[in-house]
Amino acid sequence: MIAAGLMVSFPGALWASTGKVKLDHANIDIHDTESLRRGAKYFANYCFNCHSIRFMRYSRVAKDLDISEDDVSKTMLFTGAKIGDAMNIALDPEDAKRWFGVAPPDLSVVTRSRGVDWIYTYLRSFYKDESRPWGVNNAVFKDVAMPHVLWELQGLQEATTGTINSKEGVEHTVITGFNLIEKGKMNPDEYNNVVRDIVTFLAYVGEPTKATRLNLGRWVLGFLVVYFVVMFLLKKEYWKDVK
Amino acid sequence: MSGEEEVDKNKRRILLAAATAMGGIGAAYVATPFIISMDPSARAEAAGAPVEVDISKLQYGQLLTVEWRGKPVWILRRDAEMLKNMMSLNDMLRDPHSDELSQQPVYAKNDYRSLNKEYMVMIGICTHLGCAPTFRPELGPEDLGPEWKGGFFCPCHGSRYDLAGRVFAGVPAPSNLVVPPYRFVTSTRLLIGVDPEHA
Amino acid sequence: MEWLKQTRDWLDERFPVMEFWRGHLSEYYAPKNFNFWYYFGSLAMLVLVIQILTGIFLTMNYKPTADTAFASVEYIMRDVKWGWLIRYLHSTGASFFFVVVYLHMFRALLYGSYRKPRELLWIFGVIIFLLLMAEAFMGYLLPWGQMSYWGAQVIISLFGAIPYIGNDLSLWIRGDFVVADATLNRFFSFHVIAFPMVLLGLVVFHLVALHSVGSNNPDGVEIKSKKNDKGIPLDGIPFHPYYTVKDMYGVVGFLIIFAAVVFYSPEMFGWFLERDNFVPANPLKTPEHIAPLWYFTPFYAILRAVPDKFLGVMAMGASIAMLFLLPWLDRSPVRSIRYKGWIFKTALALFIVSFVGLGYLGTVPATPIATGFSRLFSVLYFVFFLAMPFYSKWDKCKQPPERVKYK
Repeated sequence: MIAAGLMVSFPGALWASTGKVKLDHANIDIHDTESLRRGAKYFANYCFNCHSIRFMRYSRVAKDLDISEDDVSKTMLFTGAKIGDAMNIALDPEDAKRWFGVAPPDLSVVTRSRGVDWIYTYLRSFYKDESRPWGVNNAVFKDVAMPHVLWELQGLQEATTGTINSKEGVEHTVITGFNLIEKGKMNPDEYNNVVRDIVTFLAYVGEPTKATRLNLGRWVLGFLVVYFVVMFLLKKEYWKDVK
Repeated sequence: MSGEEEVDKNKRRILLAAATAMGGIGAAYVATPFIISMDPSARAEAAGAPVEVDISKLQYGQLLTVEWRGKPVWILRRDAEMLKNMMSLNDMLRDPHSDELSQQPVYAKNDYRSLNKEYMVMIGICTHLGCAPTFRPELGPEDLGPEWKGGFFCPCHGSRYDLAGRVFAGVPAPSNLVVPPYRFVTSTRLLIGVDPEHA
Repeated sequence: MEWLKQTRDWLDERFPVMEFWRGHLSEYYAPKNFNFWYYFGSLAMLVLVIQILTGIFLTMNYKPTADTAFASVEYIMRDVKWGWLIRYLHSTGASFFFVVVYLHMFRALLYGSYRKPRELLWIFGVIIFLLLMAEAFMGYLLPWGQMSYWGAQVIISLFGAIPYIGNDLSLWIRGDFVVADATLNRFFSFHVIAFPMVLLGLVVFHLVALHSVGSNNPDGVEIKSKKNDKGIPLDGIPFHPYYTVKDMYGVVGFLIIFAAVVFYSPEMFGWFLERDNFVPANPLKTPEHIAPLWYFTPFYAILRAVPDKFLGVMAMGASIAMLFLLPWLDRSPVRSIRYKGWIFKTALALFIVSFVGLGYLGTVPATPIATGFSRLFSVLYFVFFLAMPFYSKWDKCKQPPERVKYK
């Protein structure tokens, strides 16, 4: 990020010799309510037109993120939807298929199947590729059907490539980094934070009970440890008999 | 297992009591989530959310049935004659003044059991064994007798209610029909399932 | 307290409460020298109870159809109050069941608990293990994720390797040309009714057999051979209270580990809940890398080690069949590893290395190196059993003591 926003320091050796992309750490904190709220807002503005999170309810987002139901109704609710409804989208899957080639997947548990790092890297890895229908391709999801929805924030970047030799001695062209060729509304740091907020929100959506789970775990373990000590003493007491 | 009596009975008893108590507490805490999991889920609660009803087209004497939490809710528009007839029935009713508080919200504990005496809102489930009573608005029909001033008749076991859902004395049903919480959003829009804002 | 005694007497006249209590608890004599390895029997019972209890509650909200299964699991995770906890207890319980059962079986290997007169006890145990594998396999289809789907597809296809009837058999198991709604629905039926019932019955058999022959112990000497004048084994102690308090202590210790996983890492880094299983089943697209859940991988690795489909299935079947023969393969004069010689100890060590190695290899893609190791370990696995009649006889054993050693 030192290169003044022009050269985004994307992981240098993108393709390790295994052919897998090295993912950046999303570094999210699901307890960060501010980040969650921002993420919910970005999600509603940029993702929610095409991607449902159908296992989630508006009312739950309102409650867990401590946003009033009125605010959620105003900013997120689809026309005709009620606050207790599942967060479905109005987009008809058949239309979507015609426009994008595939229907945009539901994102309820996407962080649990892809992992947060993958999504964080993915949303920052669109690059210009005129051969694709939307003029962009993606470094972690080759030939993805999705347009770069966040381009007005990030701007447009170009991939820089290099060659490496695989173990078998075959030469591969790989992406080594990105150059920003068209500035967006945000600088790379700001953009990374936006993506991080979206990922945080999606991680929450993936398992809304996680915070409860972690919190409750402390009490359960605490109780069990005390109980363990009592049982140990009891066992020791009885086993005095055994000679 | 030798017979040396050096066992500290007291210590053993205390430890045993502590272990039993903790086991009991633990078991209770484990049982709680299982029991609560059988309560209505978020989906059921969302489906049971308040229902908004447009009553602008409801005619006098007409009954509208809407569903709220899976139950039929009746909205009956009563004319002046109906209201007058009802008042003459008080002596034949079991609970004419709606003293049984669980059967209606406080704002419906009045002569007409309603917020607006013209509109009666109640749950159409007989308080006897849960059948759905039929609406019988006619006066003195043959099967119900000349005294009948219009009301609801339950075909299952013959319970009778008047046009405010008040139960007659001497029928199997023990109490008046239930009035759900509701409010007027505007003069022609009802919201069933929530109390009035200034109740 | 008088009424308590009266109630007991009333019951006792009509139902053998006290007889059961004495026969199986207060006057059931177990060797006093049980060590760490002896916790896993009662822990297996505990996990069985956890699975049945959580299973009952999951069944209340789970929907076994191809269209609704995946969504109903997420419904349990989100909309059902505390559903997430019940589900995680069940999914974690499944893996812990195998942890506990594998350790329980290892204990038998260590101390020769399968030797005469405990052959039947051991065989009941192996059947329980088999049923448990079937139970877990069918339960794993129910979330209807990608791994559920393709795992079932692959395993059911194994039956296709059987000559003549294979293809019809796998078709019959699935009830459709691929794993489909019909398969899910019948697996659900088996998973929640048939197998648990049979499993419970066999657990009763296992315990009846155990209480009839009595427990083995780390020294492998028969405590019943030395009794006092009342007929009580000199090295036996009443199960209650000594082993009830000890097992309870083990239970709480186990629950600490169990709860730590449930609350802090229910996915266990993809070992207990796999990432691909958060993608709904798609019959048109196989995930890039499919592997069974960790508790099946040793056997899966044996399957893959053989380059022929039919022989691979046979090898996998044989690897489990070996367990049934164990009581008659071991011809050592002593039961316990404590008194066996270096040959048996080496063989057992190699076996454990092979088993764990196969378990690991079953999770990774089949590269040439991995396949090579799988073959080596598979051979070692079978050699452990098939050569046992010889090496267990040649082995130089120590003389076991007359009575168990304690403290």
